[in-house]
Amino acid sequence: MSTIVLPKEIKTAHGEHAHHHELSFWRKYIFSLDHKVIGIQFLFSSCFFLLVGGLLALVVRLQLGWPDHQGWFYLMMAKFFHAIFGDKMIAGTIILPEFYNAAFTMHATFMIFFAVMPFLMGTFANFLIPLQIGAGDMAFPKLNMASFWVSLLSGAIMLCAFIVPGGAAGGGWTSYPTLSAIPELSGVTWGQNLWLISLLLSGVASLMGAINYITTIVNMRAPGMSWLRMPLPVWAMFVTAILLLLAVPVLAAALVLLLFDRTLGTSFFIPHGVLVAGSPLTGHTGGGQVLLWQHLFWFFGHPEVYIMILPAMGLTSEILSVFARKPIFGYKAMVLSICGIAFLGFIVWGHHMFQSGMNPLLGTTFMISTMAIAIPSAIKTFNWLGTLWGGNFKFTTAFLFAIGFVSMFAIGGLSGIFMASSPVDIFIHDTYFIVGHIHYVLFGGSIMAIFGGIYYWFPKMFGRMMNEKIGKLHFWLLFLSFNGVFFPMHILGVNGMMRRIYDYTQYEHLAHLQPLNAFMSVCAFILGLSVLIFLFNLFYSIFRGPKAPVNPWNANTLEWTVAYPIPHGNFAEMPHVFRGPYEYSAPDCPEGQDFYPQNVPPPGWGPTDSKAH
Amino acid sequence: MNSGITRGLRRLFGAALLTVPTVLLAQDVKPRYPNHHWYSWWMNILPDTASTYAPDVDGMFNLILWITLIVFVLVEGCLVYFLWKYRHKPGRKAVYYHGNNKLEITWTTIPALILVFLAVFSNKIWSEIKSPDRFPKNAPVIRIMPRQFEWDITYPGPDGKFDTPDDINTINNLYLAANEPVQIKLQGQDVIHSFFVPEFRIKQDAVPGMPTAVWFNPTHTGEYDIACAELCGLGHYRMKGFVHIVSHDSLSRWMASQAPPPPAPAAVAPAADTAKKAETK
Repeated sequence: MSTIVLPKEIKTAHGEHAHHHELSFWRKYIFSLDHKVIGIQFLFSSCFFLLVGGLLALVVRLQLGWPDHQGWFYLMMAKFFHAIFGDKMIAGTIILPEFYNAAFTMHATFMIFFAVMPFLMGTFANFLIPLQIGAGDMAFPKLNMASFWVSLLSGAIMLCAFIVPGGAAGGGWTSYPTLSAIPELSGVTWGQNLWLISLLLSGVASLMGAINYITTIVNMRAPGMSWLRMPLPVWAMFVTAILLLLAVPVLAAALVLLLFDRTLGTSFFIPHGVLVAGSPLTGHTGGGQVLLWQHLFWFFGHPEVYIMILPAMGLTSEILSVFARKPIFGYKAMVLSICGIAFLGFIVWGHHMFQSGMNPLLGTTFMISTMAIAIPSAIKTFNWLGTLWGGNFKFTTAFLFAIGFVSMFAIGGLSGIFMASSPVDIFIHDTYFIVGHIHYVLFGGSIMAIFGGIYYWFPKMFGRMMNEKIGKLHFWLLFLSFNGVFFPMHILGVNGMMRRIYDYTQYEHLAHLQPLNAFMSVCAFILGLSVLIFLFNLFYSIFRGPKAPVNPWNANTLEWTVAYPIPHGNFAEMPHVFRGPYEYSAPDCPEGQDFYPQNVPPPGWGPTDSKAH
Repeated sequence: MNSGITRGLRRLFGAALLTVPTVLLAQDVKPRYPNHHWYSWWMNILPDTASTYAPDVDGMFNLILWITLIVFVLVEGCLVYFLWKYRHKPGRKAVYYHGNNKLEITWTTIPALILVFLAVFSNKIWSEIKSPDRFPKNAPVIRIMPRQFEWDITYPGPDGKFDTPDDINTINNLYLAANEPVQIKLQGQDVIHSFFVPEFRIKQDAVPGMPTAVWFNPTHTGEYDIACAELCGLGHYRMKGFVHIVSHDSLSRWMASQAPPPPAPAAVAPAADTAKKAETK
């Protein structure tokens, strides 16, 4: 086995940094080059945007629960939101249609680009990659810092969209032209431009992160940390970083073209003969293709779904193995299925466009590739079950969330098969069925894994333990209310309720769904409450939690070998890796323990035979 | 983890979770929509069908529903059983087990076979509905050019050609004969709209600058909603039309009643006429 040589200058440079002089507050906590601090900065910014996105989701649910704007619960909450958003968005107690459109658009945008992605590929990628592979820091610490600040700037620009005239973007997070390309058709002016600029910047931030993660993982693994000894979160983040590198530039190109259409009078997405209120459109020559945007957007957008689920799968695998006290079932199959999902993720984008008017033959192609992607997903689910079989579980909050991930992801994966079947998709396309599906994958999947990951790695991030009792309350409240909000969405979809619709009671076949919608909305507010409980637990534990031992979960991976506070440079001595990360309950474990840390030499190992290893 | 406090708290919140929505619902479930019961979704999971291929779509849906239901019960059942069986017991050691290639191959192959079967079967229905060369021959063609926020419907009239003076134009009301296949040509005038009639199990985007087409054969007389399924702006939610499925004779009578008056002398406002044509082009 080849040993990986860590570039010495990087290691020593940062080691000196940390040991020789105390950094100022600004350099230590604000413009920090330390991957751990940057990871925690991403944690806080993502929590903030999670709240923003959640608030907007509640606006959407409030409108859908009580589209007639009656009832004491509606009136009470409408007054509350009125106080936050003001008269332009909520007139008295009436949620305006333009605000409703902006709310679901910005909800998805904030959640995807400013909460889930930065949680996974900002917080966890930053915090875990160097620590789990035994590196001192990222390969490019300044690029890493820039990535956070550009990401924060783009989030701030996105927030500004609410205060510009015309309101925030309201064309859905997919922003299909021509609605998004011609301001006269949507009524949104600068809101949409800011949306495009902000996402462009957010893409730049993602790329900076991705380059860093790939370089770090390829070059800076500790001696003995071979590819097949890497913990699964690192594998998942490595593959995800490659996805980002390949997918984000395509989105960037599409965003620039749409921005040109909106501001410079080009017609990339505007065809001939578009009418605005009955008269021909002025200022554009036409000749563009509406479907071009959809192809470009989904060529990014589908890998994006996997960008948000693969790291979550990695985190879940780690947590399950630790608390089942068992090796992960089929490590190689897990790695291969991560790679398989990533590859297939690039050739399925057309399943978002079955009803778009593209050639129906392409529908067949994309149906087959989409069905194929269910196979590696199934392998992963079965392997998690295999990991649980014969374990000895400690029901910590982190473990509960990992179980929550597996059980909810299974539902999200199975409901995906309905839409993969193109004839069934004819009926359920653009209905609440897809909204239910995506939330089972992204909330039941990704966000559950993120919560689990935070409970699990909190002791390493802040040197304290989170409160397990509040954690379990958070889990059960979230788990039950989550299913109360999102499972009925499948029923709405099966009844034909369209998504992105302000008042479905206009339609006779949908009007009877109001009580079900009201129930879902109440559950949504309970869900919001559970997230507040989580945030309370997080911030309370940062200051008041009991001090954490170095390795509270008896885990094997390298991050649990260093004591809090971890200095910049991480490892005082270069760790050596002797085995895979999931050697739990192994027969040759050191006496009296059921785990075998990666860095503990086997008996009889001496410095002289290190080369032979 | 099973301390008394946690268990008590959990029960309390479980109860609250059930009670709070119930109380709120009791408050807000007024018989606003007396024709429906809120539980009616349970009786009949898919809405009524009213086109020839709608039962095929439903059949595929139900097939997938059964397959996924079985997988769901197996997976979640195993999960819950394992969680109970392998909960922590002092003194027990977890099994040291790295995996099993035979099992891996089995649970890769079985889903793969099921999915191939679903794909092949789905494709048959898909091409029956959407493949242009399988559209029914000689079906009358109707043109729908939706705009914000209405359905602009044109019948070619007796001469069978569009953009001639005998065209019949209606807004939001589509009249069709039962048991006669019809082809609809779609094109958006301004933004993307999507033609959706739930009971016919048909949905097709109407894209500006790119004509698309669908066909269907309605099986029952009656009135159905046309819904716009693609976000098209502020009035998206109220962009509603109606399909009236009537007998062949009633449709003929309606057509006759809609026929425009005999062509007026050329002198009468030709400018207005051409302007209108340009608009709809």
